[in-house]
Parts: sequence; C-alpha cells; structure tokens
Amino acid sequence: MAEPMMEIRALRKSFGGVVATDDLTLDVGAGELHAVIGPNGAGKTTLISQLSGALMPDSGTIRFDGRDITRMPPYARSRRGLARSFQITSIFPEFTALDNVALAVQAHDGHSFSFFRDVRREARLRDPARAALARVGLEARAEVTARYMSHGEHRQLEIAMALATNPKMLLLDEPMAGMGPEESGLMVDILKGLKGEQTILLIEHDMDAVFRLADRITVLVYGRAIASGAPEEIRASAEVRHAYLGEDETV
Amino acid sequence: MALLNARNLVVLATFALLALAPAYAAWVETPFYLDLGRRMMILAIGALSLNLIMGFGGMISFGHAVYIGIGAYTVGICAFHEVTSGFVQWPLALAISAAVALVFGVISLRTRGVYFIMITLALAQMTFYLGISLDQYGGDDGLTVYAPSDFAGLIDVDDDLSFYYVVFVLLALCLWFSQRLIRSRFGMVLQGARQNEGRMEAIGVPVFRYKLTAFVIAGTMAGLAGALLANHTDFVNPEMAHWTRSGDLIIMVLLGGMGSIAGPIVGAAAFLLLEELLSGVTEYWQVIFGPFLILVVLYARGGILGFLSRKDGGDG
Amino acid sequence: MVTWTLVFEQLLNGVQFGVLLFLLAAGLTLIFGIMDLMNLAHGSLYMLGAYIAATVTHWTDSFLIGLVAALPATLVIGIVVEVLVLRALYRRGHLDQVLATFGLILFFNESVRLIWGPAGIQVPLPDFLNGSVDLFGVPYPMYRVTVIVAGLAVAGFLYWLVVKTRLGMLIRAGASNREMVAALGIDIKLVFTLVFGLGAALAGLAGALVGPIRSVGIGMGENVLILTLVVIVIGGIGSIRGAFVGALLIGVIEILGRAFLSTLFELVLPSNAAETAGPAVASMLIYILMAGVLFFRPQGLFPARTG
Repeated sequence: MAEPMMEIRALRKSFGGVVATDDLTLDVGAGELHAVIGPNGAGKTTLISQLSGALMPDSGTIRFDGRDITRMPPYARSRRGLARSFQITSIFPEFTALDNVALAVQAHDGHSFSFFRDVRREARLRDPARAALARVGLEARAEVTARYMSHGEHRQLEIAMALATNPKMLLLDEPMAGMGPEESGLMVDILKGLKGEQTILLIEHDMDAVFRLADRITVLVYGRAIASGAPEEIRASAEVRHAYLGEDETV
Repeated sequence: MALLNARNLVVLATFALLALAPAYAAWVETPFYLDLGRRMMILAIGALSLNLIMGFGGMISFGHAVYIGIGAYTVGICAFHEVTSGFVQWPLALAISAAVALVFGVISLRTRGVYFIMITLALAQMTFYLGISLDQYGGDDGLTVYAPSDFAGLIDVDDDLSFYYVVFVLLALCLWFSQRLIRSRFGMVLQGARQNEGRMEAIGVPVFRYKLTAFVIAGTMAGLAGALLANHTDFVNPEMAHWTRSGDLIIMVLLGGMGSIAGPIVGAAAFLLLEELLSGVTEYWQVIFGPFLILVVLYARGGILGFLSRKDGGDG
Repeated sequence: MVTWTLVFEQLLNGVQFGVLLFLLAAGLTLIFGIMDLMNLAHGSLYMLGAYIAATVTHWTDSFLIGLVAALPATLVIGIVVEVLVLRALYRRGHLDQVLATFGLILFFNESVRLIWGPAGIQVPLPDFLNGSVDLFGVPYPMYRVTVIVAGLAVAGFLYWLVVKTRLGMLIRAGASNREMVAALGIDIKLVFTLVFGLGAALAGLAGALVGPIRSVGIGMGENVLILTLVVIVIGGIGSIRGAFVGALLIGVIEILGRAFLSTLFELVLPSNAAETAGPAVASMLIYILMAGVLFFRPQGLFPARTG
C-alpha cells in the first residue's frame, strides 16, 4: 500500500480520570473506506473530534496527507482537505440547501473578504454546490430552506457540504444516526457511490451498513483498538465477538 | 420574491416621507419636523450599522452608541481646535471610530453570549467616563460646536435644508452598502457564523477575523452617524455615548425587525415618533414606553417588518 | 501629602464600597447562574430600596425602621416583577431579556420621578451610628464600619445558605442542570421566584444602606448596575465566591484609583499632565482590569459552570 492518507500514532485523551482515547494507533489508506465501530462510550466521537481539531489530544500525533496536523485548528485542517460531518446535524438552518453547500464551496475558494458581489450570482460557487447536491440526491431540494428539510435530508446535506469542499478525506460521524431503514438504505447507496474515489473514515452504529461498506474495520472499546482488519476477519475474531458483537447480539 | 410586498412598501413609504418632510415642514411652517426627520435619519444610520453585527452577525453589542459618541466628539474636538474642514473632520471621525472598534472588538469578541453583552456594555461605560473626565472639552457638560463642518462650499452643512438632504443621501448610501454587504461572500460568512459558528469553522472559515471586520465596519458607520449628529445638534456631550443610548439603538433595530436590512430605518423612525407622541401625552412618557417595550419583546418579536411579512417571527 | 492614615482610610472606604457591590452582585450572579437570565433591572431594585428606606426614615424618624421596611418591600416588588415579566423570559434569548429588563428600568426610573420628583433625597445618619471608631489608631466613621460588618454578615449568611441548606443545594444543582432538578419533582419555578426575591431584597438592602453615604437619586441604579456587571464578569457568572472576591477587588481599586492615581502619576509625569491623566485613567481602571481578566480567563476568575 502507498503511504496512508492518515496516520494516527499513540493518541491519548482523557477527561479527568476517564480515558477516552487510549494509546490509539491507526492508519487510513488512500481511497479506503475505514469504519470505526464500538459500543457506546468507546470514544468514537472523541476520536473524530480530535481528528477534526475540535478537541486537542493529550499526547500522540495525527498525520494527514504527509503533514503533522496534531495541533492545527479546525479551519486549517479543513483547508488541507479534511472534511467532517457531525453526529448531531450541524447545518445553517436559515439558508437554503444550495446556500449551505455554496457556503462550503466558498470557504475553500480563498478568503471571504469580498463585500460587494452578490454571492448568489457567482457561478463559481453555485455550480460546484449544485453538483455536490446532485451527488447526494438533493438537487430537487436546492431552494428549500434547510430548517424545513427532513432529518434524512439534513444528513444528506451534511455529506454534500463535506463533499463540496473537495476534500482529500471525509470524516463521517454516524451519518445514519436516527434514520429509518429506507433513509439508511439511501445513505448506504450514497456512500457506495463515493467509495473508491474518496478516502473515508466512517463512525457508525449500523452494523449492517458497516459490514456492507467498509474495506477495513477497527473496533474500539474503552478508547483502545482491540482489533483491526477486513470485515470478514472482524466478524471471525473471538475477541470482538466477546467484547462487542456478542453483547450486541444478545440485546 | 415580489418586489412590492408590504415590507418593501413600508420601507419605500418611510423613504418617501423622509424625502418629503422638508416640504411639509415648510408648508406648515414647523421647522421642527425638519429637525425630527434629520434626527431620525442620523439615528437610522446608527441603527443600520448595529443591525449588521446584531441582526446578521448575532453579536449583541450593548455599547454601540460609543462609536456615535466618538464620531461626534471627533468633530467637536476638531472644531474646538479650529480645524473646521469637513474633509479632515469626517474621515478622521470614521478612522478613529474604526480604530476604537478594532480594539474593543479584539477584546470583546473573545467572549460569547452574555459575557459579550456585558463586556461591550462595560467598555461603553468606560468610554462614557473617559468623556466625563475630559475637563478641557467640557467634561460632563459637553462641548458646543460653534462652527459646522466646512466643505469648501461644496455642500453647506450649516444650511438646514441642504444638510437634511446630505443626511438623506448618506442614509440611502448606507442602506445600499448594507444590502450589498449582506449578500456578498462576507455577508454569508457573517450570517453563517450567527447560525452555526462551529460548523463555520468546520468548513474551513476562521470566524473571528470576519466577525471582527464586521464589528469594525459597524463601528465606522456609527462613527459617521456621530459626525452627522455633532453637526445636527451643534453640540457634543458624553451622554451621546451613554449605555442607555446604546439601548435605544437596540430598541430601534428590534422595533423595525431584526435581520431585515432596512428594518432599522423604519425602527428609528417609529422610535422617535413614539417618543414624540408619548411625551406629548405625558411628561413621564417612559412610564408608558417601558411596559410597551416589554410587550413588544414578549409578543411582537419580528418588529414592524416582521409583523408585515408574517413569516416565522424572526430568528431563534 | 499622602499619609498612611489616608491610605488606610481609603482602603477601608474601598472595602465598604466593595461590600455594597457584593450585596448587589450576589443576587445578580445567582439569578444569572441559576436562571440564565440577564437582568438589567437589578439596579432599579437597588434604587427602589434606597427610596423606600429614605422615605420611611423621614416618616418615622428612624433609620432602622426605614432599613427594615425596605427589605420586604423590595422582596415583594422583586417577586411581582418575576411573576409578571421575567418568568416569560427564561426560555428566550439574552437579547429579549436585555430589552425587556431595559424596559423595566425605564418604567421604574420614570415611576420614581413621578412619585418622588426629580430631586434627590438626603438621608440623615442615625444618631447612634454617627460617631467614629478607632481602628489601629485611625478614626473611621462608625456608620461605614457598620456597613462593612453588615455586608460581611450577609456574605456569611449566603455562604451558609448556598453551601449548607437544601435550598442552596437546589440553587447549585439548578445552576448546573436545570432539567435534572425539575426531574426530581421539585417546583423549579418556586425556587426561581424565591431566588429572585432574595436577590431583590439584597439589592434593596444595599440601596437602603447607601442612603446615608450618598444621596438617593434617579439613575443611581444604572451606574452601580454596570459596576456590578463588571464584578460578576470578573468573578465568573454564577459564583458567589467570585462575586465576593470580584466585589472587594473592584471596590478597592475603584476607590484607591480615584484617590491616589493623580498623585501617583505626579511621580512620573509633569503635574498638569498628571492632573488630566489621573482622573481619566482612574475612571477606566476597573474596565481595563475587566478586559485584562477576560482576555486571559474568558469565563472569569471562578467559573461556576463548565461546558
């Protein structure tokens, strides 16, 4: 394999006495869809927050696309091509879907100290935004104010916003959270469409989806990676069954 | 989007009334209306500037009158030192307002929510006390501006009527500028930061510098209102920067309707009209105005323009 | 000449002023902390306390009766205001709270003007407090000593109330997690009303105490309100301890700055420059302090809430 897109080395983060990320080492190869799974409280969201820069780790390093980004602020990571979606929907509710995505395009098109030109007439922002909306199947909803869209559409919009920044890698924090089966199916299709051309780190609860999508899976328990490998290896691993899947199946 | 909806009609009507006020004042031989109209427009510029950061940027500044005070004092102090050229006074007023807004912005934009409200309030109070301690410029009593800003015969600020239309044109320019600004890339970032600051950072925008820039632009525009106000009243005093004046500006924005670009103009006009009407009823007009304000806050969030468009009552 | 006696006396004045600020800040910071309510009208309750105490003092010729009357009066006014206006504002944004309580200020100021007229009221010092005590060889007005002692007693009482009692437990719990307290089946509305009433009465007490020191007038509430806001911002919103430390800090710096800064400047500046700069900087001193504190600790010195 070529040099990985992201290398995480000995990452640690604790809150008070609770260790949320415990000496975590992980590689995400370029073009790979790497899923991180684990029971509640395994530190999945803490991990993604450290990767995106919303939280600073106590120690360890994160390298992305050949650079150390461990101490970089979120906007700088985003500029380098690391885009994230949020577990809890995070959009601009008063803007239309198209405005939301166009704003993401704008954020990666130089600075925004432009005071006079009408942003809604800038093809350079609107065209890529429409394209990103189309990739997630929202082209017909472009002019709808975001707050009036459904939960599933919000999740799609999030992905479109992440895509619009033309990222080298996507961090997706539970894109199927709170979705019904139909909406999840749609999301799996969208992610399948991205697979291969995008490097993706996916955190997800929906096991079905994970095993259908992932190239590799890492299992996180109490902040530690207890197993990492192809989906069939993970499925076969006794340790994983014991620590995680076993529990899940009895529920 | 219909151009001639109720909202736009009210804005147009307000502008038409302001344009025609001098003629009416002359017809009924009540120069006071000229004075009132001009005052409305000057404060409208101040409210317009506050709305940029408060309505669109979500920065609730409780010290915005400071920049009006600074603009006014710059003109007053220049005149005191016999620098009467408007070409010096006005740019200087804008520059100093901008500089102060930059410093205050750097300090206050580090904080959020109530802390931001309180720190802008405290900085305003500090400036107010600074004005009071300026003994050589009249301290508490303020300073009479004996000579109006002189524009070398180009425009005559001393003539009530021509000054009226100077203010009118400047107000229209400020409105036009605000409209462009809000629809620009910068304006999108500003509004996006209000709606979801974390998301704004996550898509790669360092929000602080944009908020700071907006804060400085608003301060500068308020400084212009101050320079006009000094010429309007021929007098400056620390009272102009008092925090209750900042409260008045917030009320104007609210009355007009937060987050609508022209709302503050309607709001400023409504505020001064209410003041006139109520103080005609009783000397103790604030006994009525106080509870009225509470009722507006509780039951009419969108202000006048929000009420007319009846969408969904302004932002959350 | 600046003498040690003078410095000591001004220091005590600073403490006395700080104690008054604490009475205001304690209530305001609790209201902020527990209800997340920005109440600008807190200074109005201080003003009302001062006016009521002054009026009753003049009627009865007894400062003590005036003082005692101001407490229940401001308590009741506070509760009425809470029930009529503020209750509807808890779930609103801070802007709404700011505007509505600004409306209350206008209403109260104008009402006072209507009832008592525009002129201020003087409150005579009660005879039994009209002497001076000897503190470390420095004579100091008996009344101011009384104010300091009363303030410290209230601080002790509040500490006991917040740390040791069930109500205090609810207040602290409510400040950090409102839903949880409500989920425990406790009438959070009643707790809010009680806390607001208590805060109002403390503000009224401060107003009543200040009468014999400064004259009672319209607008007295606003000036002190902003100082109080500075205090709780420095101390950290919601923290009684922060309010206490912040109040004493602001009280002492404000008084000492006004008293000695010009003299201090004369050491390094020509005297006419010092005379100008002294008062100017003195009036800005506490705001500079606040800006400094917030620059390094945006949540204040004793942040009560996390997250």
